[in-house]
Amino acid sequence: MRKIGVFICHCGTNIAGTVDVQRVAEEIGQHPEVAFVTDYRYMCSDPGQALIKEAIREHKLDGVVVSACSPAMHEVTFRRTTESAGVNPYQCEIANIREQVSWVHQDDAEAATLKAIETIRTIVEKVRYNESLVPFYLPLVKRALVIGGGIAGMTAALDIADAGYPVILVERADRLGGHMARLSRAYVNFDDANDLLGDTLQRVAQHPHIQVLTHAEVTEVGGYVGNFVVGVNTRSNGATEPFSFDIGAIVVATGYELYAKENLGEYGGGRYPDVIDGLQFEQMLASDDGLRRPSDGQEPKEVVWVQCAGSRDPALHKPYCSKVCCMYVAKQTIAYQQRVPDGQAYVMYIDIRSPGRGYEEFVQTAMEDHGVLYLRGKASRVFQERGNGQVTVWGVDTLTGQNVEVAADLVVLATATVPARGSVELGQTIRSAVDEHGFFSEAHPKLRPVESNTAGIYLAGAAHFPKDIPETVAQASGAASKVLGLFAQRQMVQEPIIAYVDPELCSACGLCVPACPYEARAMHPWKPVATVNTALCQGCGACAMVCPNKASKVRNFTPQQIMLMMDAYL
Amino acid sequence: MGTMAVATPVVITDPIFTQTVQARSHEPVMRCFYCQKCSIGCPTAFAMDYQPAQVLKMVQLGQKEALLSSRAIWLCIGCETCGARCPNDIRINNVMDVLKEMALEEGVKPAEKEVYALHRSFLNSIKRFGRVNEMTMIAEYLFRVPLKLLDELGVGLVLIIKGKVLHLWSAIEERDKVRELYRRAGM
Repeated sequence: MRKIGVFICHCGTNIAGTVDVQRVAEEIGQHPEVAFVTDYRYMCSDPGQALIKEAIREHKLDGVVVSACSPAMHEVTFRRTTESAGVNPYQCEIANIREQVSWVHQDDAEAATLKAIETIRTIVEKVRYNESLVPFYLPLVKRALVIGGGIAGMTAALDIADAGYPVILVERADRLGGHMARLSRAYVNFDDANDLLGDTLQRVAQHPHIQVLTHAEVTEVGGYVGNFVVGVNTRSNGATEPFSFDIGAIVVATGYELYAKENLGEYGGGRYPDVIDGLQFEQMLASDDGLRRPSDGQEPKEVVWVQCAGSRDPALHKPYCSKVCCMYVAKQTIAYQQRVPDGQAYVMYIDIRSPGRGYEEFVQTAMEDHGVLYLRGKASRVFQERGNGQVTVWGVDTLTGQNVEVAADLVVLATATVPARGSVELGQTIRSAVDEHGFFSEAHPKLRPVESNTAGIYLAGAAHFPKDIPETVAQASGAASKVLGLFAQRQMVQEPIIAYVDPELCSACGLCVPACPYEARAMHPWKPVATVNTALCQGCGACAMVCPNKASKVRNFTPQQIMLMMDAYL
Repeated sequence: MGTMAVATPVVITDPIFTQTVQARSHEPVMRCFYCQKCSIGCPTAFAMDYQPAQVLKMVQLGQKEALLSSRAIWLCIGCETCGARCPNDIRINNVMDVLKEMALEEGVKPAEKEVYALHRSFLNSIKRFGRVNEMTMIAEYLFRVPLKLLDELGVGLVLIIKGKVLHLWSAIEERDKVRELYRRAGM
């Protein structure tokens, strides 16, 4: 016989205004294993919690049901209260009679009261067979792997290494720097991108805790948070050398590339040499040899920038806004007007998106002080007439309702930003989800933007979504601080509500293995039984669902408990 | 390109015109980001061929001919609602005035001849008397646009009966100083 205490919260009038709490208490008190019932105005308050502790001691309770708000609100609170009174916290459960009862049945007090009674009975049945569980402690390797040696990866690596932990920095190319090394100057202050990068490069190269591997790719990731085993191949002179590292946390900073301009046939991408993309224009700006167009080396006097080239085009290209183009186009036009004062820059755009400190003012500067002509409307086509060295751009100015034609010497397509080549494959290798475009997915779009949805894998920079330099650096430091938060623990704590296998019942059919979304299930290497990797299991119960013998179970959600709960409800 | 069923694209631009308008009006025309607040608030925009924001955009694009022969520049009554509301502090009526001046300088026939006639009669009246003399101003206006006589007759009679149109002759002292201003303005 259990001695379960039931604590019914009024939540002011939130619950008690609809549910007849006294009647609920009387009914629940009838249950043979309920040794104590009470109700109180605010159970989560200090006096409410004191009441629970006192009742546990006085009535020697060994199980607690708090019937109150959603467990998402106060499960942790009441489990802590239970633990402090000397009872295992996993013997405390919440019966949600606010969100699922009083709030949704405000117009029917009788039905709400009956539903509250049934809900609490159900949870009492569960607690009857709850096990006392203790969290797992797992070892933790305090070494980080950073994939990608651009500004994102280098920033994350430096932040982690500066805290004293070793970092393996893996870069696919022959040197560090990423795309930032290919930029001329950065908005909004026209700082030289390579000057900005130089300091970071030097610090990474000289850092005693950072091991840089160039020409290197991650080939294999096994294990789990705190205990990854990562295979890396490096190439030099045609020979491949494999490495293996024990790693505690991974930062993905693989960056971006530009959507190939060849995809934009209507803009003559890949067909006309004087139709180029943004990075090509950066190279022209960085050249000391003056500004020269590709076809004949002449200085272009009329230059058209076409924004949203491949972005915001769900029908044919990419549906999303590539985010950085409005700003870099403004920067390029200003740089162009300064280099070619008698030239004219045009920008064909749909909207100008300039959220950021000083960004809007910067774009306004391009229009007002540098005379850049902004034409609102997407360019329709770019073509060349035979024997004519110019490329004609047809666009529109929707503000005056006029079609516009510009005979341009050079057209710069602000092509969409897409994930770096191989992102999808890398996502599979490291078991971290990518979205339909190949960008790495975050764990929560609002509250966990630097964590991937795989524990121990964090995201930095444009691998996650198009970002400019300051945003990338901020996210990289955020990812690094998550890694450091993990490394600051002595060992890893794992929730004990996870799957387990009853070897007596397991027939080794293997259905649980593909059912597991976390790759926590496997067959035992020689015994005819399935196993659970306790570090990877998240307790979702997918394996318990598919198991034909009910051999796979989740702790404190056993088939016996669930049947009893259903009996209590129906 | 002949098979494309689109209006002939406008080829821009006359950057000199843009710079001239900007310099003469002292208004930062390039600063306009087309929020359209001026067009929405303008009391005479309903009658204009180009809305005030479009006028600014056309100045940016250097579309001199279309602007100087437009009705919009003459229909602007200079109420300053646009300028007072503009987030970029562009006083559009100053731009409109410059465009009117340029139209006259270049011999472009005003697209709204009654408006032009009223402006001209008003200025001539002041030039003559040093102040507006209603009777002579109206007389000149109706001489310039005789068909307006019927429109104005009723109002005029009411004004005269109520004693609002006072003197046949009312002039200020030292009219020569006002004429000196006209001379300096080249009128």
